[in-house]
Amino acid sequence: MRVALFATCLVDTVAPQVAMATARLLERLGHEVVVPQGQACCGQMHVNTGYRREAVPIVANHVRAFAGAEVVVSPSGSCVASIHHQQATVARRAGETALADEAEALAERTYELSQFLVDVLGVTDVGAYYPHRVTYHPTCHSLRLLRVGDRPLTLLRAVRGLELVELPGAESCCGFGGTFSVKNADTSTAMLTDKMANVLSTHAEVCTAGDASCLMHIGGGLSRLRSGTRTVHLAEILASTEQSAHPTTPTDAVSPHQATRPAVPA
Amino acid sequence: MTTAPERTDPTPLAPGAPRSGTTFLGLPTAPRGVGHLRGERPFPDAARDALRDGQLRANLGHATTTIRKKRAAVVGEVPDWEALRQAGKALKTATMARLDEHLVELERRVGERGGTVHWARDAAEANEIVTRLVQATGSDEVVKVKSMATQEIGLNEALEAAGITAHETDLAELIVQLGDDAPSHILVPAIHKNRAEIREIFLRTMPQVDPDLTDEPRRLAMAARAHLRERFLRAKVAISGANFAVAETGTLAVVESEGNGRMCLTLPQTLITVMGIEKLVPTWRDLEVFLQLLPRSSTGERMNPYTSMWTGVTPGDGPQEFHLVLLDNGRTAVLADEVGREALHCIRCSACLNVCPVYERAGGHAYGSVYPGPIGAVLSPQLTGVEDNASLPYASSLCGACYDACPVAIDIPSILVHLRAEHVEAQEKTTPEGAAFTALATAMSHPRLWHLAQRAATLGRFLARGKPTLPAVLPPPASKWTRSRDLPAPPRETFTQQWAREHRR
Amino acid sequence: MSGAREEVLERIRTALGSERRAPEVPRDYRVTDDRPTESLLDVLTDRLEDYKAQVLRCGPDDVAATVAAALDAGLGSGWTPASVVVTPGVPEGWRPDGVSEDDARPAVRLADFAATVTGVAVAIAETGTLVLDGSPRTGRRAVSLLPDCLVCVVEAGEVVGGVPEALARLDPTAPLTMISGPSATSDIELDRVEGVHGPRTLVVVLVA
Repeated sequence: MRVALFATCLVDTVAPQVAMATARLLERLGHEVVVPQGQACCGQMHVNTGYRREAVPIVANHVRAFAGAEVVVSPSGSCVASIHHQQATVARRAGETALADEAEALAERTYELSQFLVDVLGVTDVGAYYPHRVTYHPTCHSLRLLRVGDRPLTLLRAVRGLELVELPGAESCCGFGGTFSVKNADTSTAMLTDKMANVLSTHAEVCTAGDASCLMHIGGGLSRLRSGTRTVHLAEILASTEQSAHPTTPTDAVSPHQATRPAVPA
Repeated sequence: MTTAPERTDPTPLAPGAPRSGTTFLGLPTAPRGVGHLRGERPFPDAARDALRDGQLRANLGHATTTIRKKRAAVVGEVPDWEALRQAGKALKTATMARLDEHLVELERRVGERGGTVHWARDAAEANEIVTRLVQATGSDEVVKVKSMATQEIGLNEALEAAGITAHETDLAELIVQLGDDAPSHILVPAIHKNRAEIREIFLRTMPQVDPDLTDEPRRLAMAARAHLRERFLRAKVAISGANFAVAETGTLAVVESEGNGRMCLTLPQTLITVMGIEKLVPTWRDLEVFLQLLPRSSTGERMNPYTSMWTGVTPGDGPQEFHLVLLDNGRTAVLADEVGREALHCIRCSACLNVCPVYERAGGHAYGSVYPGPIGAVLSPQLTGVEDNASLPYASSLCGACYDACPVAIDIPSILVHLRAEHVEAQEKTTPEGAAFTALATAMSHPRLWHLAQRAATLGRFLARGKPTLPAVLPPPASKWTRSRDLPAPPRETFTQQWAREHRR
Repeated sequence: MSGAREEVLERIRTALGSERRAPEVPRDYRVTDDRPTESLLDVLTDRLEDYKAQVLRCGPDDVAATVAAALDAGLGSGWTPASVVVTPGVPEGWRPDGVSEDDARPAVRLADFAATVTGVAVAIAETGTLVLDGSPRTGRRAVSLLPDCLVCVVEAGEVVGGVPEALARLDPTAPLTMISGPSATSDIELDRVEGVHGPRTLVVVLVA
């Protein structure tokens, strides 16, 4: 299958290794990956902060960038949820009916990574190797908007070497919430504190999730605590193999032993 | 005995100031200067104080955890819960679409059964009506069943100003009243107090209380029983809210636990019920849905201990004089918003509060309105006009737990986002945030500009001086993030750059 | 206040505009319960006991004795008939000797009694709920409220499965009281404790 990869603005700019891992994983599973260079953002941050009119050209750009795509995959529950639940609505409200229809059609071919793997490709064992103790945080939008359910856990359970530990209070929000994290920084931090306490109680080396944004928030907090527990996107874990455990060149971004640089060396 | 000082009018009227705003259709919002729908401070500031109060956070954490488990258990045992939920949602939508007709029918039925219906455009008018009705009985005290509507309009203060003492009889409401405090939860206004604090309040304020009172909840409940018993038996006038009103029969319903509601609805000669215009259902049969949804969602019980239903006046049984006050106070302004009107579907169960991670940390007072939590964050700004509660739509991480818990499936996150946009679009001058989002939107809709912007962002890595994270001390607004969280140093190259480089043929 | 009435109604019409869309209400939930009476009685018993009511079961010929036993359970065995009031419609055959019948005395005087014996209009198994409807058998509302112990006699034919069936049996315009267990509160730390203003003891005599 020819898969168009939507990296998302955040991953593209500050966590490129997540998109690279997604591409490597899909290629390893035998699919062709294309990365439309016109892509930027789904518009979620604008919509959720109240700038729904300003979001319309962003949606238009997204629709334009992926117009020819047979299927679009993105390593983000939140952005895919926005594509499914917000893009057409803001376009329609702005009177852009044609754009709304196109956005709706594009949304139908757009998948969050774990849903694409399990539902479209029918794969639960992606052949990954990741010898670490890992806990999984279900991000709110993947959990409640996309209803990814236990697909990520199914994928993680099949990873060789991976010890999966249950996260207490898993379904509680980590407190990121986009601009909520700065507009209500104190409440956001209080939620983060509880999430981190739960993560640390698992004694996991790695906390994973399907959204780089929430992981940036949780990982940023864990780094500040110098906890030694780091955050790694689900795509990076699924992309890891025994071969990449001994990378021949340092540019092979994905390594199960050090998938992302810990903010502070453990 | 008064209500909390911090709840007295937070926005006094300047001379010549409009009493209320209006929506684009010219429908007035709830007036300023009366009632409790507006806070003194923006949510983030009020929340900060609550977050520093370790006892408060412990109390809230304990209570919400308890109720979440109970709710999950009793909802889980209903095989057709989702069908009930969808029926509830549709019923409310259908009711709103014919609200005027249903209200007229309700008025006729109540009148036929010996009740009198009054209409109040706003809080001030409702307070005037109730005060006049109480004065007409010659009584200078009333007993009250817990009611959000009368909290909303500040009825107790209005009665007090007229020399009438209002005795709250719901246990939590009594705790709040005796403690000179403000309610912080729709169902359990004293949720922020633990048993030890409640014991202290009772010992301090109940004249005949047993000095050996312990903090055992059962003993505390007994103390409230003893304190109120004589008041119930002597009361001439009661004031209640209503959980539901049935248009086709004129029947009103109050759902409660303690029996204080039954006392108020049964013993006094005169009953005055204040009800928001959105609380009705068209037919008797509709209650079969809501009487299943409400108790399981609110107290986590299969059924609450007591539900009272009455239609007008019944000779020889209960109050022989019945008045129903129908309250607008901004509700029609909410109704005018096609997205936001869903907030009027709320049946005040407070399930959304109990599952909300923001409410759990910040507590109810931070919302500044009698309606706290997620539903408050969508209801209060609409009742007052969004500019009078502009921080509330942002008081959510949009995690969606409220929507999942809502027994009538109100899409609270979508309304929050909608109200944020209403706030942004109400700004007459460009704000710094608005300018930034406009610029970012321009970049994000032009790939070449976007790539330039991304490249500029990657330059930020030089601030990190080779470390994996940026310095913890960044200037505002980045400081809002870095106060508690590290920021990763930006990479040398964006993903799309790297991909293009590797795939250049 | 007719000005307010017209104005509020006009505001609603303005708010709704000309295009009013009322959805069909999907009633896909359960409206009947086909379980046999015996299992409904078991469910009712379970739910009543779960909410701290006591349940005594008896045959149709043992009601008076079981009501007496219920009063023993609620008041202790030393109770006197003078402290017990029954509703006017409670059959003679259910009444322990010497108890008083509710008359036209002021409602607040009912607080002088220690216990009340009533029938019910309908009982809901799934929620453990008894519904009183102001009929002679169930009495006026104050009689089941003021005495601290309430004994309700439920006959098997009065038991339905769920809420929809119960509402269908009731007259909406009657003064209705739905009772599920003794008076209780969840207002302290959201934990339920029994016994506040209403009867602190509820004993149900289930006749089948």
